[in-house]
Amino acid sequence: MDHQSATAPLLDVRDLRTWFHTFSGTVKAVDGVSFTLAPGEVMGLVGESGGGKSVVGFSLLGLIDPPGRIEGGEILLDGEDIARASEERLRRIRGREIAMIFQDPMTSLNPVKTVGAQMDEMLRLHTDLDEGARKARCVAMLESVGISRAAERLRAYPHQFSGGMRQRVVIAIALLASPRLIVADEPTTALDVTIQSQILKLMRKRIAETGAAMILVTHDLAVVSEMVDKIVVLYCGRVVETGPAREVIANPSHPYTRGLVDSIPNPKHRKPRLAQIPGAVPDIRNLPSGCSFRPRCPRAQARCAEVSPALAPTRGTLSAACHFPILEEVAAAMATTGGERA
Amino acid sequence: MLAYAIKRLVQMAIVLWAVSVIVFLMMSFTGDPVFMVIPIDSTDAEIEQARRILGLDRSMPEQYWLFLQNLVQGDFGRSYVFRQPAMDLILERLPATLEIVIVAMLIAAFVAIPLGVYAGANPGKPLSRLIMSGSLVGISLPGFWVGMMLIFLFAVEWRLLPSSGRGDTVEVLGIETSLLTWDGWTHVILPSVTLSLGTLAIILRITRAGMMEVMRQDYIKFARAKGASRKDVLYGHGLRNALIPVVTIFGLQIGDLIAFATITETIFAWPGMGKLLVDSIYRADRPVIVVYLMLVALIFVVINLVVDLVYTAIDPRITVK
Ligand SMILES: Nc1ncnc2c1ncn2[C@@H]1O[C@H](COP(=O)(O)OP(=O)(O)OP(=O)(O)O)[C@@H](O)[C@H]1O
Ligand code: SF4
Ligand SMILES: [Mg+2]
Repeated sequence: MDHQSATAPLLDVRDLRTWFHTFSGTVKAVDGVSFTLAPGEVMGLVGESGGGKSVVGFSLLGLIDPPGRIEGGEILLDGEDIARASEERLRRIRGREIAMIFQDPMTSLNPVKTVGAQMDEMLRLHTDLDEGARKARCVAMLESVGISRAAERLRAYPHQFSGGMRQRVVIAIALLASPRLIVADEPTTALDVTIQSQILKLMRKRIAETGAAMILVTHDLAVVSEMVDKIVVLYCGRVVETGPAREVIANPSHPYTRGLVDSIPNPKHRKPRLAQIPGAVPDIRNLPSGCSFRPRCPRAQARCAEVSPALAPTRGTLSAACHFPILEEVAAAMATTGGERA
Repeated sequence: MLAYAIKRLVQMAIVLWAVSVIVFLMMSFTGDPVFMVIPIDSTDAEIEQARRILGLDRSMPEQYWLFLQNLVQGDFGRSYVFRQPAMDLILERLPATLEIVIVAMLIAAFVAIPLGVYAGANPGKPLSRLIMSGSLVGISLPGFWVGMMLIFLFAVEWRLLPSSGRGDTVEVLGIETSLLTWDGWTHVILPSVTLSLGTLAIILRITRAGMMEVMRQDYIKFARAKGASRKDVLYGHGLRNALIPVVTIFGLQIGDLIAFATITETIFAWPGMGKLLVDSIYRADRPVIVVYLMLVALIFVVINLVVDLVYTAIDPRITVK
């Protein structure tokens, strides 16, 4: 960690608040999220559905539409606050500085445009290359994500590709303009399991080669464990725990993270059911007082209902937002078996 | 592709045949045309003779068989009133009708699509609301009333445009057109605007609905995440997808416009085939009505074919089979 904090951060998100003003009340989808990302660093953004992961991702690209709004905080990209950047400036950032990969490859490509046209668009927007050079670059990029007969495939339409192939195309598009940060929002959730690991391996390899930083959004801790340097855990729009990936997974200090880790399926044990965190994510417009996790937390005490916990160092390299964090280390073997506490 | 072409041609033939049956039956139940063609003081013998000449003395199946044979040979009979081949009469008037229909379609397309895109991409903005209310007015106002108001304002009050008739024409490739003369245009504009309003409103609403649906799609957000400009996103990525349903309606509307042209032509004394149809109905001029109906049916099936072909051009997921 030390060598990273010495480097100037590529991205420094400070107290980001993105709210949606809906008819049924204000949805504080992201409410005070902070994290930093060094150049080339890979970060996992995890949490259950509705935690605000996608909203963080879209906020970084300035793609929050009404009734949503970035209410406060800063998104510093190389020190420039892009949370307040003009649309024109944002358009130069999107694709060129920060690229995004979406969850569902079946819907992220335009059905009436050829794959080639959709790739070419990225280069037309962000480079001065002439047509021949752009085409060569597209072919090379498609090949690098494992698509054969690339020159021919440029003329094909998305519906002529399988889901896995389409996600490769989407990854190729994201990488085309050599962005320094890639936000991948559940890039493999919609794919079947065998293809998931292929795509993740591909992404890891390609991104390591280009030296880009990445935020990998997922609700699946198992997916991130092998891929990321550090993890940020979101719950109800707030960061509840953050730290180096290995430490967060082996010995989380926040009860919520503990619950997530315990529900990772473990192939070595033939458990009939996984340990699930009891209860459901509360309605974000109507959060419980104090700590949002309180109704589901096995460690909750009176104080948890009164004071909302702030993110603070807990143990070693971990920080968590909890009044009563897990300070004892669980033996590594036990931590990964899953289900002990269920 | 050849199999597809043959299949479509057979389908078209079946549709046209069905129309011929319906047209024939309708004609048979709409009174005896013989009284329209003979002088008032004819004797019974003269009436009988006229019936024989017209083939009205035969049985219904026989009459239909004759009718069909003549249709296939392109012989639609002579107008009882003008004593000329009915087909020639209609074809003479067709260009005038097509003129106002085409101009009306163009007005509808060029006004409705941009407005629909705007309203669909910016729902809730005051201008979008204004556009939508305007389109409701366009749908609800009857064409004949709009036509009369336009005549009243532009021709009577302000004396800017002529109130009726077709104006100067020039002949191009054997077709009389008023779209190449200034005087012609001054005559075309009011009937075309009148005719276009309903279609304009419908296409506007469908474009808007399509656009709203498309703007919610992931590929639009992905295009924005690439850094595409708003204009590129709307027109480059959104519009083509939103247009897929618009094409169908557009095709259907051309048919509607030809049909509605009868009213507009009557109001503006526009010498098109719609006006000829109305006149022919008054005079029970059967052959002309038959030609009109068959021709409109033919136009419909051809438009349908064109719509399907345009579909495959817009949406690569659809292939002809
Ligand atoms: N356009 C919107 N209008 C209103 N509320 C929204 C909007 N977009 C997101 N939200 C709300 O913000 C919260 C966070 O949503 P978000 O999509 O970021 O969750 P997520 O962590 O990505 O979940 P998932 O794993 O399901 O993708 C949710 O409660 C959601 O209902
Ligand atoms: S603050 Fe209290 S309720 Fe919240 S996670 Fe910690 S122990 Fe549980
Ligand atoms: Mg999400």
